[in-house]
Amino acid sequence: MKKVYVIGAGMTLFRRHLLENGKELSFMAAKMAMDSVDKGIKRSDIEHVVMGSAPDAFDGIHMKGDNLLDGAGGVNKPYVRVFNGGGTGVFGPIAGWWHVASGVSDVCMVVNEEKMGNCYPHPQTAFQHIWDPIIDRPLHPNLVWLFAMEMNRYMTTYGIKKEHIAAVSVKNKRNAVGHPCAQLPDEKITVEDVLNSEIMAWPVQRLDISPPSDGAAAIIFCSEDVIQKYTDERIRIAGVGWNIDSQFWTNRDLAFPRYVANASKMCYQKAGIDVNTPAKDVDFAEPYDPFSYKELHHAEGMLLFDKGKAPLAAHEGVTQRDGDLPLCPSGGLLGVGNPIAATMGQKVCELYWQLAGKAGKRQVPNDPQVGVGQAWGDIMQMATVLAMRRD
Amino acid sequence: MGKKVVVLGVGHTDFNAITPDMGWRDFMYEACNKAYVDAGVNPRKDVDSFITCAEDFYEGFSIFDEFVPDQVGALLKPCCTVCADGIYGLGTGYMQIKTGYMDIVSIEAHSKVSDLLTYGEILNFGMDPVFERPVVGSAERPNYKEGPVWPKGSHDYMVGKSDEKERVHPYFLAGMEMRHYLKKTGTTEEQCAKVVVKNKKNAFYNPYADYELKLTVEDVMKSDPVFTPMKYYDVAPNVDGAICFILGTEEKAKELGIDPIYLDGFGWSSETPWFSNRGFDAKYASMSSKMAYKMAGIKDPAKEIDILEVDDKYSYKELQHLEAIGYTENAAKMLDEDKLCNVNVSGGALGVGNCLEATGLQKSLEIVTQLRGHAGKRQLKDLNVGLAQSWRGVPSGSGAVAIFRRG
Amino acid sequence: MADKKAYPPYAPGTKVPEKDLINKKVTYTMWEPEVQYSWALGRANVKFLEGLKEGKIYGINCHTCDRILVPPRMFCEYCYGPTEGWVELPDTGIIETFSVSYLDPNAARIEEPILIGVIDLDGAPDHHGFMHYFGEMSKDDIHIGMKVKAVWKPKEEREGSITDIKYFKPLKEGGK
Repeated sequence: MKKVYVIGAGMTLFRRHLLENGKELSFMAAKMAMDSVDKGIKRSDIEHVVMGSAPDAFDGIHMKGDNLLDGAGGVNKPYVRVFNGGGTGVFGPIAGWWHVASGVSDVCMVVNEEKMGNCYPHPQTAFQHIWDPIIDRPLHPNLVWLFAMEMNRYMTTYGIKKEHIAAVSVKNKRNAVGHPCAQLPDEKITVEDVLNSEIMAWPVQRLDISPPSDGAAAIIFCSEDVIQKYTDERIRIAGVGWNIDSQFWTNRDLAFPRYVANASKMCYQKAGIDVNTPAKDVDFAEPYDPFSYKELHHAEGMLLFDKGKAPLAAHEGVTQRDGDLPLCPSGGLLGVGNPIAATMGQKVCELYWQLAGKAGKRQVPNDPQVGVGQAWGDIMQMATVLAMRRD
Repeated sequence: MGKKVVVLGVGHTDFNAITPDMGWRDFMYEACNKAYVDAGVNPRKDVDSFITCAEDFYEGFSIFDEFVPDQVGALLKPCCTVCADGIYGLGTGYMQIKTGYMDIVSIEAHSKVSDLLTYGEILNFGMDPVFERPVVGSAERPNYKEGPVWPKGSHDYMVGKSDEKERVHPYFLAGMEMRHYLKKTGTTEEQCAKVVVKNKKNAFYNPYADYELKLTVEDVMKSDPVFTPMKYYDVAPNVDGAICFILGTEEKAKELGIDPIYLDGFGWSSETPWFSNRGFDAKYASMSSKMAYKMAGIKDPAKEIDILEVDDKYSYKELQHLEAIGYTENAAKMLDEDKLCNVNVSGGALGVGNCLEATGLQKSLEIVTQLRGHAGKRQLKDLNVGLAQSWRGVPSGSGAVAIFRRG
Repeated sequence: MADKKAYPPYAPGTKVPEKDLINKKVTYTMWEPEVQYSWALGRANVKFLEGLKEGKIYGINCHTCDRILVPPRMFCEYCYGPTEGWVELPDTGIIETFSVSYLDPNAARIEEPILIGVIDLDGAPDHHGFMHYFGEMSKDDIHIGMKVKAVWKPKEEREGSITDIKYFKPLKEGGK
């Protein structure tokens, strides 16, 4: 297995992009990533391109991988699109990783793009089709109901207070201040604001939800054989893991995401992180936070906290940027935005920027060496985990 | 590059135009179960990773990856979806094994196109929305009973509106490319018809093929023109089918007592997505075959490859692909001289049916079956190296190649 | 490390002038795809839906894992073996989880909330059941662990769909 290093990353503004199409967003992110490589890189140096992008229904283009490939730099190159629902944010880089780790490629660029705004009248309508057509769809469920049910199960099983969960929205929206791509940064938001926001589907309230968005992110990997050509940094992908649970989501206890635990174990074992006490070895983490409770739910899934204990630890300040185990120092999805696959910018690119000391206002103090990013997708099923280490 | 990757097992369902008795879950379960039995592995214990090759709109779900794990045996295991042809899945499995994380990988692809009622419309949906789709017809859904839901005044700034009420089936794109190919190479329509005759005849000896027919060149030439110069029989009809491949390391093959068929090389490539900017020369096939040859160490494909399965979704495509992959300079001439008996022995898409993203795996299935000596009446002799090539179909410019070698 | 340039650099998009946004002067193109599917059900779903039409809930046995699967499928995802042996389950259960929604299926706001959740069916192992609506209870009464029973549509209105059950109501001797 070849060692895989990160040499550059880029990310576009996360907003409703009325005047940019998917190709242009992909191009902007890819170009930013290429421009950020220390010693420079040309498109001819890039051997493989991987695209990560979530439902075609958002963009309104079947086989949208093919449509986006020119913006992503894939013309006349080996190009492939991977897709695991929301897990694509970290799975795109995992696919890029195996291109290089297998020895098939020396330089691989991963571009993740999402254009949710194209879906008319609202991207929510595309989510009507993620449900089982026979058992679930005839009931016309709304996506928010699904998360509300999981949140309820989590809160009831462990006796968690709503205030502790609301604090996650507050932390992340405040963390996002100073992130150049952030959609909803808010320096002044308080727990009361979140608790007073309108109830969508109890217990989920408006400020618990991350906004749909358009955007793109890109990251470039290269093998140990050619790293000296591109940079003197040594930020390495230490381990990856991915795991999926049953499609029959009503046959599972939603209180604990066992698939996140499995994916994290797979990753930690390869990354040299102690599977029994990963919190000792990990300096900061980016768990997926499309909803406020999800950051805590996933942090427990990643074995960084005991079951049901993450909310109290967060309340005590452990997960703040200057705490013992910062979670989502980028501002996460709640603060920066949620263009599904492009959240790679917060979950993987952020690891690189933090470890390289390039995170500016978002920098986690105390010289972090190991960071872990996680994404979650499909119908509460898929977990993708990636660990990065500064050598 | 270290340990080699071997095909441990294959499994597939029957290929049929319609499969009303099986839901997509049962379909995938059958193919995967057969593959696991063939390889002698238990997916719950032995298989380390699972890959599916599927496109959402072909299946009818916003995230098809959700509805995969249980029936392929991937519950609480690494499982993923690659939105591309089956050979991309084989390449992905190869790479996963080479990282050292996995020893055995399962790759599944299927076509359940009989569940899709508006196939042509979905392909139209694959064209660029600004420059290419308006050519196809009205932006409003044809045959709309209730009336459109556009808000008042929204038409004022809408570009690409067409006055045409109906929409054209996107296979006309292949028709245009055929005309270009015929003119450029001097191939005749009769020669393309010979491809149809050959493949549909080959399908008689393939037990799972669905579109076997005894035709003459005249039958093909006289059939209805559909997207001129293509005629009815020049177009491969759709079919349902599911295929599963199990890849593993050489050591695992020894453990299981399996004679190895090596996945020696693979490649894939994409041309520009702009249909009008393409060269219409199947450049994706040239680029992907070069990548595969380099990996497999093949310098002279015409001499070193014994059997081929190239994509023939349309009759001319077989000839175009054979030239693009560097197997021959004049495929039509070789056909006339009856030298293409080792091409599409399974019947190809014209004989078996067009199985969408499972095409690459159907091609690979034939190569592996032949290399193993399990092809029954259609078995060829003295085979060592086989090539499977696929194209993702209209309007895509992406394709892949896989090369297998007998151990 | 503090000297290094901050990433990502400011990532501009293209600003749309406010008056253009208000006057809806943004160039775009629209397309409505004709997307229709008719999924073959497979034996398990056929039996389940036919059962619902008769007013019965069917599960299927996995003898290896010794569990009854509902919603039924022809294979068991744990042992990868085939399932067989239809079992009629009672139409009662307990609430596994629920939500009180002020959004209707089209994400429009509503005054009277919808009660939706997952029912753990009696007769099947823990966490085996399906999603459905709740009725004849208030948002203050509903809780995880509440015993519920199905309310069916009258026989002539049933079509063989999950909606043949109208909703689940509190079981009389259950409640809190």
